[in-house]
Amino acid sequence: MESIIERINQHKFWQFHGGIHPPEQKALTSGKPIRQLALPKQLILPLQQHIGRQGDLLVKVGDKVLKGQALTQSTNPMAVPIHAPTSGIVSAIKKSVIAHPSGLSELCIFIDVDFEDTWQPREICQDFSKLSQQQIIKKIADSGIAGMGGAGFPTHIKVNTKPDINFLIINAAECEPYITADDLLMCEQSEAIIDGIKILDILLKPAFILIGIEDNKPKAIKALQYATKDIEKINVCVLPTKYPTGGEKQLIKVLTGKEVKSGNLPIHTGIVVQNVATCFAISDAVIHDIPLIKRVVTLTGQSLSKPQNVWVLLGTPVSHVLEQAGFTSEVAPVPNTPASNPPVSNPPVIMGGPLMGFNILNEQVPIVKTSNCILAPSKTEMPSAFDNSSNEVECIRCGQCSDVCPSQLLPQELQWSAKAKDHQQLTKLNIFDCIDCGACAYVCPSQIPLVQYYRIAKAEIRQQQQLDIKSEKAKVRFEARKLRLEKDKIAREEKHKKAAAARKATMNKKTAEGGSATSAVAAALARVKAKKKAKENSNDLAVMVDEKTVSKSIVTSSEVAENTNGNDESGEKSQVKAAIARAKAKRLAKKNEVSEGKVTHSEETKASDELRVSSSEEAETSDGLAVASNEKAEASDELRVSSSEEAEANDELRVSSSEETETSDGLTVASNEESNHETKPNNSADDKKAKIAVAIAKAKAKAKAKTKTKKEKKEPLPTSDNKKTNITTAGTDDKKARIAAAVAKAKTKAKAKAKKEHEKQEGLLRVASSEEKTSFKPSNEESE
Amino acid sequence: MNILIAILVLGFIAALFGAILGYASVRFHIEGDPIVEQLDALLPQTQCGQCGYPGCKPYAEAVANGEAINKCAPGGEDTIKKIADLLGVDIQPLDENHDQNSSLGNGPTVAFIIEEDCIGCTKCIQACPVDAILGAAKQMHTILIDECTGCDLCVAPCPVDCIEMRPIPETIQNWQWDLNKIAVKQVE
Repeated sequence: MESIIERINQHKFWQFHGGIHPPEQKALTSGKPIRQLALPKQLILPLQQHIGRQGDLLVKVGDKVLKGQALTQSTNPMAVPIHAPTSGIVSAIKKSVIAHPSGLSELCIFIDVDFEDTWQPREICQDFSKLSQQQIIKKIADSGIAGMGGAGFPTHIKVNTKPDINFLIINAAECEPYITADDLLMCEQSEAIIDGIKILDILLKPAFILIGIEDNKPKAIKALQYATKDIEKINVCVLPTKYPTGGEKQLIKVLTGKEVKSGNLPIHTGIVVQNVATCFAISDAVIHDIPLIKRVVTLTGQSLSKPQNVWVLLGTPVSHVLEQAGFTSEVAPVPNTPASNPPVSNPPVIMGGPLMGFNILNEQVPIVKTSNCILAPSKTEMPSAFDNSSNEVECIRCGQCSDVCPSQLLPQELQWSAKAKDHQQLTKLNIFDCIDCGACAYVCPSQIPLVQYYRIAKAEIRQQQQLDIKSEKAKVRFEARKLRLEKDKIAREEKHKKAAAARKATMNKKTAEGGSATSAVAAALARVKAKKKAKENSNDLAVMVDEKTVSKSIVTSSEVAENTNGNDESGEKSQVKAAIARAKAKRLAKKNEVSEGKVTHSEETKASDELRVSSSEEAETSDGLAVASNEKAEASDELRVSSSEEAEANDELRVSSSEETETSDGLTVASNEESNHETKPNNSADDKKAKIAVAIAKAKAKAKAKTKTKKEKKEPLPTSDNKKTNITTAGTDDKKARIAAAVAKAKTKAKAKAKKEHEKQEGLLRVASSEEKTSFKPSNEESE
Repeated sequence: MNILIAILVLGFIAALFGAILGYASVRFHIEGDPIVEQLDALLPQTQCGQCGYPGCKPYAEAVANGEAINKCAPGGEDTIKKIADLLGVDIQPLDENHDQNSSLGNGPTVAFIIEEDCIGCTKCIQACPVDAILGAAKQMHTILIDECTGCDLCVAPCPVDCIEMRPIPETIQNWQWDLNKIAVKQVE
């Protein structure tokens, strides 16, 4: 440390590798004082003018704001607030083009200036040395100060450090050609800058404070030396002019001989670097309670009649600034050719310096906290700025680029790897240490736009890293989902097993009912066999299909019946059975839908109240079903219960028919089974016939519903009315019921045939829907 | 005599090494093919099934068993190149049978549910391979954009056709320095 100080005192500084000496071009503006600009009509303030997060809005459209009023706030440490640079009315909050090479739009606050320039109340701090560290940091954070050297890192985070600081370095180098903003600021406001440095001294308590300034600013050096003549701690260090001495790591190397390791920050070596303009803003904020609302901008270039440094309010559109500087375009607009080169504005206007700036392509771009220069060159001054075509030729491997690289990289190798998109090699060559200074592109004899290639490569590598993270997440979620589905499946199977075991238990336990149950099962099986033989010769596909469903539903209904024949304790179990039966029926129905299928359209499936249980056929079948179930009824109570259940079922039909018609079929099946629960069979013969009729009718209903298209809408049938009439004819109408059931059967058969032909003609297949997951979750069903 | 000794000695050495190799093949045997893990790491994990396999891991296993490497549509040319590098096979152009999100052409997309039309049927939730859809039966469904891989599997099951694929919006963070795409406006 002492050796460093000795060398500094002797003005024996270090050197960094490489660097270039482009023509300075600072004489255009360095002799004139900083001018105040006239107020613009409108200010455009992007919510984010720094590295980090944007704050939350405090104002809305139509609000009147005072000068210095905070417009955003946030508790996020990486958020920096913005303030109203002058009084006015918020006229809009919308997306607008921002000062970024991409030309993208971000959220901005538009303020219509009222030209009153009314300040909000401020509190002047008489003696800042009495403030605590926390108070100072809060003032800096609330004033919206971000690094004004170009990067825009939130200052309150940078100065809020714990470890011992060896060096506080003030960056007054301003190495880029054309720019004289910091130079003039130091000439005119050196006292305020030193105040700001003193405030930082209180915060960071560094061992030494160094101001690094290049020797091409004699007036500023004198001003600073005068302002610090009584302060031992602050050393004004005059450095030889070289580009890019103002780069953070390069300045540290020159002043202290220390190198910041690749990937590290200066804080890791105990050093903090701040720009002079930031120091000025800090003193304004802490002492005068003025938030960051203006900055010095160099307006330069031979296209301007009045090139000068100006105080610009943040948010001033570039168009106003150029107009104030007397911008005259001497060239007629040249159309942009869709060549390999990026499009240039006609005539070109650059935000920033000639080496690190970017083209502004939209006059609405506002001045922000990090804008230090507007450069409007003339054609003779900078012919390449007007040139749309690409002059790039092959690399001749001269090696001049690596001679000048201040970060000691190998630009030639980087260029080969970047063109080959070899991300691995690029990372090995430390591409992320490149500071985008442009020295390599400046010297390249083949005029290769090296920095552009590096920027593209860096963006690609970053995006690939993001994609890798995303695909990892997707993998994890996929595995988790697989596990969840497996667990659900196992749980379902457990439930089935338990239910089956319970069923068997009751069958074996209660021998009376068990005996009748087993005989019922045997009878059912016999019936099924008989039916199969009978239907073997039928050509009707629907009937064949029905057979399966009939047999299954008979089995399920008989299972259900046998279960409920017993006792009330199995009431719950019967509901479970019903659910299982419903599910099975649904599954079957879905399978059967493979051969047909209708596209369900949104307009038809919209509100469930628009959908009606369609068609008279279904009504008939439900009539038939009601009749069939009524046969078994002894007491009218039970019938009412069953009919109400059917009403419920039909309601459910209406509600859920928006999805699939087979769902409704499943439900009708279920409802019939439920009605079966409640009714007690009179005698076994009637019972069997009734069951057969019920089952057949059920199956018919299913077939019909399947063949129906969504386009059929018929008026809702007052099925309940019909049921009621049927109820009254209950016990005496066995024969009538049977006739009715048969009639229903015949009608449905005929209609089913007609539908089938209709289907074949249309021939619409929705493979996707049929291949859709046929697995379903019982939980979904129960919630329906 | 000497030849006999020489033969015996060499035979013994051969037997010794053979025994060591045999023991090593049993003792250090690993289940499964590590190449499958490496292949799986290269695939984009969208689990979309466009390759014909139910997920990226099964496709990785298939490729390890000799399946064509040009079937991953979301992976694109990049993935084909990487797989070719890993396996030492030739690069093949992407299988033309796969039509990439044809409606929008290039660029990554994510799904978006039009909430006015959603009926809460949960069919898209069942279809999503990475559970990127939030919702319950008869409740509004919505896509978690951060989790969505753009695999397209949810668009088909929706009975009201309310899911569409939208391109991921470009921000400063994901801008790729394509200067030719910036709109140019006359300055003064």
